[in-house]
Amino acid sequence: MDLNRRNFLKFTVATGTMGAASAVQKVKASTPKPDSGDWAGVLLDTTVCIGCRKCEWACKNINKLPTEPIESYEDKSVFKKMRRPSAGAYTVVNQFENPKSPEKPYYVKYQCMQCIDAACVSACIVGALKKDAKTGAVIYDPWKCIGCRYCMVACPFQIPAYEYDNALTPQVRKSTFCYQRLSKYQGRPACVEICPVQAMTYGKRSELIEIARQKIRTYPDRYVDHIYGEHELGGTAWLYLSGKPMTEMGMKKFGERPIPTYTEPVQHGIFKHFVPQISLFALLGGIMWLFKKRDEVEGKREGGEE
Amino acid sequence: MSGHIQAAPIEKKFFTTGVKILIAIFGIGMAFGLYRFIFSLGSVTHLNDQYPWGLWIGVDVSSGVALAAGGFTTAALIHIFYRDKYAVIGRPAHLTAMLGYTFVAIGLLFDLGRWYNVWHPLLPTMWQGNSVLFEVGMCVMLYLTVLYIEFIPIVTERFIGHSPKWIDAILKFLDRIFNKIMWIFIILGVLLSCLHQSSLGNLMVIAPYKMHPLWYTRVMPLLFLTSAIAVGLPMVMFESIWASWSFKRKPEMDVLSPLSKVAAVIIAIYFFMRIIDLTIREAWGFAFEGSLQSNMFFLEFVVGLVIPLIMLLFEKVRRSPKLLFIASALYILFGVLLNRVNVFFIAYQPQYAEKQYVPAIGEFAVTIGLIAALILLYRIIVSIFPILPAHEKQA
Repeated sequence: MDLNRRNFLKFTVATGTMGAASAVQKVKASTPKPDSGDWAGVLLDTTVCIGCRKCEWACKNINKLPTEPIESYEDKSVFKKMRRPSAGAYTVVNQFENPKSPEKPYYVKYQCMQCIDAACVSACIVGALKKDAKTGAVIYDPWKCIGCRYCMVACPFQIPAYEYDNALTPQVRKSTFCYQRLSKYQGRPACVEICPVQAMTYGKRSELIEIARQKIRTYPDRYVDHIYGEHELGGTAWLYLSGKPMTEMGMKKFGERPIPTYTEPVQHGIFKHFVPQISLFALLGGIMWLFKKRDEVEGKREGGEE
Repeated sequence: MSGHIQAAPIEKKFFTTGVKILIAIFGIGMAFGLYRFIFSLGSVTHLNDQYPWGLWIGVDVSSGVALAAGGFTTAALIHIFYRDKYAVIGRPAHLTAMLGYTFVAIGLLFDLGRWYNVWHPLLPTMWQGNSVLFEVGMCVMLYLTVLYIEFIPIVTERFIGHSPKWIDAILKFLDRIFNKIMWIFIILGVLLSCLHQSSLGNLMVIAPYKMHPLWYTRVMPLLFLTSAIAVGLPMVMFESIWASWSFKRKPEMDVLSPLSKVAAVIIAIYFFMRIIDLTIREAWGFAFEGSLQSNMFFLEFVVGLVIPLIMLLFEKVRRSPKLLFIASALYILFGVLLNRVNVFFIAYQPQYAEKQYVPAIGEFAVTIGLIAALILLYRIIVSIFPILPAHEKQA
């Protein structure tokens, strides 16, 4: 009896340790990352942008969002305040001082960056946010969405906006990269299409990086030597060329590590083949069994006190 | 389950002044709640694109889960480690957990934009194994089911011999079956609790660039699990003493005093974990920056952790219902509840926020209303079912 018990204890401790060890091991192993391969991108040259905001209008137009007529977008007074994309405007342009030539300010357009390894996709509890396999766009399915807004917590660029004023069918709103246009007739996003100065170039992301590097080499005085979005958080589909650091123009400084790699390895490690769970169950079961036996023995010795 | 102790329904007048006040608070809360469902989240809350999560997630959901940890810690203590002397607190702790988790689920519905889709994570086509929230959701749902299954023996005990013959037969049958297999659910409950209590701490790990360094650490899951285990016992002590006062009984100090020793040990472990984590990450400097975050940190760390821990080290405190109640309350409210609030929306500093999120009146009303409802239900259930120990000797 006693021997059996000791063996059982050994067994439970052993399975427990094994489970814990395998969990730790799995945490170290990195999960395979999506391959950006042929995914699309947009190279935005902020030194070319003239701040006409036609992209804002085109975006609202194509997404059937309420908008004023296009003429009203010539109003420059909006630049007095920093604006952020919202549920009613998936893209906005802000103005920044140009230290090189003050009469020609810089303009920066913001929208969903379409991260290669997107935090929102990893966070979504029901898979309502997904990477479009063809274009790499992060697309949203409102019918799956439960409205938990964890994607908004997760997004490092703070892009997804919410329809807080919709009581029954609120949606997470953000740029769709016009992915339906992209896949259907080899089109371009509406903002790229309308741009009168071609500040944006649409194409294969890998090729755009080459173009950007070429530009930096050719005009070292015009650009800072950094393509924002090339490595930030594992890379984004939108790439920015700029005359002064993007971190001085409304963008945050990020490391190269993709956000999902902070949480996913832990999640997968804890659940690999349910080994840790089964081990813990066995361990607790073993403890329960041992203490019960001990209790019974002691109970007898004390004369079965009830 | 806990066959050794005699529990019995409470026989006390129900509509006391306290109960009437609770009903009023609940009513006000539900008025705001109804308004939210008719006129949208934006009409009742101060949530916005910068702060997608606020009071309801920080308190109703995540603190609710933490404070209901008394269920699994006492279940482990009584049924796995066989500490029979604590059996008397088993049922009240279990009921609190069951109601606590029920209200977590209800509270969540208020916060979900598309609350009617709350069942979606159950569909295999929508499973998303990469999502921390998915794991939390699944484990909480399963654990809630386990908690209800664990309640069955209490129901059978109450109605066997008080029902028509055929119902009696069914109840006896259920009782026999669950007597045999209950150990599976007890272990499962502990396992599921460990899983989601820790994963709850992993939720904000996904926002490394938004979280204040005083709280952001990769070991947040471990800290959440430890603090949840540590809060289980103070929660039981707090409730037990409160229930004794409220039902004009003598507090079960012969059980609670030794229990508070166990609590002190676990809180001490949590305390040292925090110290080690903050030291390794060299985050202490942020504690003195004088910001909202550093003040909240001090409140949490000193009032919620250091003071109750020191209090519990004294025999005198462990023996006095009043002092034990205060120490428990400090750790529960400032050590754990405030920690969850801090993690979920004080430490959360979105770069484009124009001002700090402060919950709206409507958010407070719903949260307090739900707590009132929980207390009311607790009171109703203990007067129907044998939960609290039977008292032959009137104190």
